[in-house]
Amino acid sequence: MIEYRSVTKQFPDGTLAVEDFSLVLPSRQTTVFVGSSGSGKTTLLRMINRMVDPTSGTIEIDGVDIATLAPVNLRRSIGYVMQNSGLLPHRTVVNNVATVPLLRGVPRQKARENALALLDTVGLDRSLADRYPSQLSGGQQQRVGVARGLAVDPNILLMDEPFGAVDPIVRAELQQELRRLQVELDKTVVFVTHDIEEAFLLGDQVVILRTGGQIAQVGTPSEILANPADEFVASFVGADRGKRALHFENHNGSDILVDSEGRIAGVIETDAAASVPPPQSVSESKAGSVSGSGAPAQGGDQR
Amino acid sequence: MNFFLDAIAWIFDPANYAEPGGIVSRLLEHLLFTFVTLVFASVIAIPLGYLIGHTGRGRGFAIAGAGGLRALPTLGLLTLVALWVGIGLEAPYVALTILAIPPILAGAYTGFEAIERGTIDAARAVGMSEGQIVAKVEVPLGLPLLIGGIRSATLQVVATATLAAYVADFGLGRYLFAGLKTRDYAEMLGGSILVILLALVLEGIFALVQRLVVPRGVIAGRPEDVRARPIRSRAATGTPVTEGRSS
Repeated sequence: MIEYRSVTKQFPDGTLAVEDFSLVLPSRQTTVFVGSSGSGKTTLLRMINRMVDPTSGTIEIDGVDIATLAPVNLRRSIGYVMQNSGLLPHRTVVNNVATVPLLRGVPRQKARENALALLDTVGLDRSLADRYPSQLSGGQQQRVGVARGLAVDPNILLMDEPFGAVDPIVRAELQQELRRLQVELDKTVVFVTHDIEEAFLLGDQVVILRTGGQIAQVGTPSEILANPADEFVASFVGADRGKRALHFENHNGSDILVDSEGRIAGVIETDAAASVPPPQSVSESKAGSVSGSGAPAQGGDQR
Repeated sequence: MNFFLDAIAWIFDPANYAEPGGIVSRLLEHLLFTFVTLVFASVIAIPLGYLIGHTGRGRGFAIAGAGGLRALPTLGLLTLVALWVGIGLEAPYVALTILAIPPILAGAYTGFEAIERGTIDAARAVGMSEGQIVAKVEVPLGLPLLIGGIRSATLQVVATATLAAYVADFGLGRYLFAGLKTRDYAEMLGGSILVILLALVLEGIFALVQRLVVPRGVIAGRPEDVRARPIRSRAATGTPVTEGRSS
């Protein structure tokens, strides 16, 4: 469990990145900080491994104030995955993954074996082990970054917009992989993104931030979608634009899903049409049973 | 043209190889002097440059200081130091060490500064101590630029080391000063050619070293590395970049 207790961070130039922030991040769950730039989300993340020290307030991990811990040891016990992978360009993939175990004094041979096993975990072929990061694609580099983050088997994994720099198809693939990993490994994951779809997809707990690290709303994706706390949240999740407010129209005996602007969002298949889908399954139904999206409504016989 | 022929004849004249004070021993003296000067300058400039490059502090001071040192006329400095410590090799060592410091200092700190900030940030975030960041990340990645700085310093020192003969009977500069005094232009030009050849040989060695110290992973990602091979064989031998295990 990670707990922020009225944490404030003011940078030397006077910017107030985070002000009086308090929150509990439950263990073995994924908490996603989501907000636009300047919302302090990365600052909040980097305070957990003391890459940033708060100006005031405390952060506790399992009841221990992290200000009492040596930063280097703390960081070696927490996995960290960043945008653009942050791999060491002069080390091979396997040595990048083994970086932290080697720093901790794990024998070279054992560290290499563990690193190779981790490549399997994150879905990379072992034949890539002796390549250099610059020889990999962006998506592969991110996977190596995740493997490095997992190398010391940490309880906590920090992810700072890890999928921000890869193309949408690879991003979707990596997001699914992360969901699988989370089920498999059961870590406390803290994830930062500006993409609300990504936040709803990955988060058990989603924290919507406004400027200055103020919490606009905390909750599960369904709670937030069902009851946006205010205009800001509604606009952030897209509810105000009717993007999320779907309703049925019946055309020639088949149910068609229509958004508030009258655009067809999809067709409900007969077996799924029996019950009204709950809000959080909207994104799933997009991929699954809905067969057509965003086509302008022309009335009459659509399909 | 006659001067050149005379100079070349002078270089190959066996009489000039008679020891003591022959061409070979002067060449070695010159080389040794250059080497020792570079060691002195490196011992001062590399740690200082690394400190500046790692902390990012004192950069303005370093630029101003190095610029100031560069502006000092070496012959004037040499004379000044010689007046103070007397005739001998001390004065040339001091003057040329000062000449060699700026390029090495610049090579050391720009080598660190040229490293992508994200790489260093990541190294720190996964738990490297500051010393480990320097030793395992910044030094290897900054090495090509440092070697570039030492290369530039070497070229300046090997050429300017002729001035050592101004205050001591030492090195290839002796031929220049002696030739000038006796109006033996063949000796003077011959000595100059030897210095030039020495400089070119050292330059070649450093060019090679500079290529060798580029970390392999960095070379691998360089576009010119790809261009160096014919395009067709690259398409045929290149492993297709695929995403993940599913491929």
